Amino acid sequence: MIALILRDLRLAIRSGGGFGLGLAFFLIVIVLTPFALGPDTGALARIAPGILWLAALLAALLTLDRVFALDREDGTLDLLASSGLPLEGVALAKAAVHWATTGAVLTVLAPALGLLLALPIQGVVPLALSLLAGTPALSLIGTFGAALTVGIKRGGLLLSLLVLPLYVPTLILGAEVARRGAEGLDYATPLALCAALSLGCIAALPFAAAAALRVTIR
Amino acid sequence: MPAAAHDTSLILTDVAVARGGLVRLSGVGLEAAPGQVVGLRGPNGIGKTTLLRAIAGLQPLVAGQVNPGRDAVAYASHADGIKATLTVAENLRFWAAVYGAADIGPAVAAFDLDGLLDRAGGSLSAGQARRCGLARLVLSGRSVWLLDEPTVALDTAGIAQLGALLEAHCAAGGVALVSSHAALPVEDRTLDLTGYASGQGAATPMAATAFDEAVE
Repeated sequence: MIALILRDLRLAIRSGGGFGLGLAFFLIVIVLTPFALGPDTGALARIAPGILWLAALLAALLTLDRVFALDREDGTLDLLASSGLPLEGVALAKAAVHWATTGAVLTVLAPALGLLLALPIQGVVPLALSLLAGTPALSLIGTFGAALTVGIKRGGLLLSLLVLPLYVPTLILGAEVARRGAEGLDYATPLALCAALSLGCIAALPFAAAAALRVTIR
Repeated sequence: MPAAAHDTSLILTDVAVARGGLVRLSGVGLEAAPGQVVGLRGPNGIGKTTLLRAIAGLQPLVAGQVNPGRDAVAYASHADGIKATLTVAENLRFWAAVYGAADIGPAVAAFDLDGLLDRAGGSLSAGQARRCGLARLVLSGRSVWLLDEPTVALDTAGIAQLGALLEAHCAAGGVALVSSHAALPVEDRTLDLTGYASGQGAATPMAATAFDEAVE
């Protein structure tokens, strides 16, 4: 499993690995938003937490169809499944790599980019915390969706349709943490719920993803 | 050379497999003693790959039993599973870690991959990629090898290396089931699937039946 994580990280960083795809998307959305909305910093500050969260969510979604599809295409997934590695472990490793290459990096980047959206300085820490607590859920739900659709060629559309509704609770809670933080309110409750969501996903979804893989690999 | 001595028979009892909801093969029986290489024959589409995948545990058996289970089996599919952006050495080291092999040396030696170790997987020719894919078998340390058309894209030297590897595997008590249209020199016997084929399309579409029941 460790070997799988290391290999996938290496693959992600090499050319064509998709590491930059989600990050570039996030960067573009955040940089372009002020141009689209005009120079009213009051309006920007009000929508900053929501836009940052939405952009992070879509950036995570963008790279999901690579999670299993590439391994499926070149036969690696079959070989992994017959190698005796538990598929639950494979799914968890895949989700961990997806998180490390999107969620973790966005958690670090978002506060800095928040300045472009006139995010109040007091909102920086809650934003980072909300992404830290929420993005693991995005990666795990996405991995589950990717496992369900891996048998379908060009299944990206179906994957998005499956996953987006499941992303809604995380988005609501995560953006709520960031919004309350930006307005200087207490954000402990939504943060705890957001973290609970991620922990629940970590506990349950590798098993669901492995069950889905067993069906789709056939 | 495989380090561990194996002592495993591959026994198929009355196996039936399905593909696309149709039972393709039924009543397949085989008893391969340790040290035997069995060639798997049959026309295109009869279900050779399906049978190998079922033995490898990648898809369920419709009926019958396979011994031993998937943990003793190493499967070499059509696709080589070589990552284009990793070097050959990185690819092999990854599989060594998956299978818990200490060293990629034996695999490199078996297919003479020394000169290719630093090449990216994507720059290999089809035959070179196939040799890397087959070298994985050495790393697996498993006693039952399932090879699906291993000779495709291999040159005569590659086929000779594969033959030598299979001989060494069998000398150590391993079993191999090889689907191939060209007979390998090391085959002890063949299993022709022609007699086990369920009539094309006439068989009960089992997935469809289950679906219909679910709908009703």
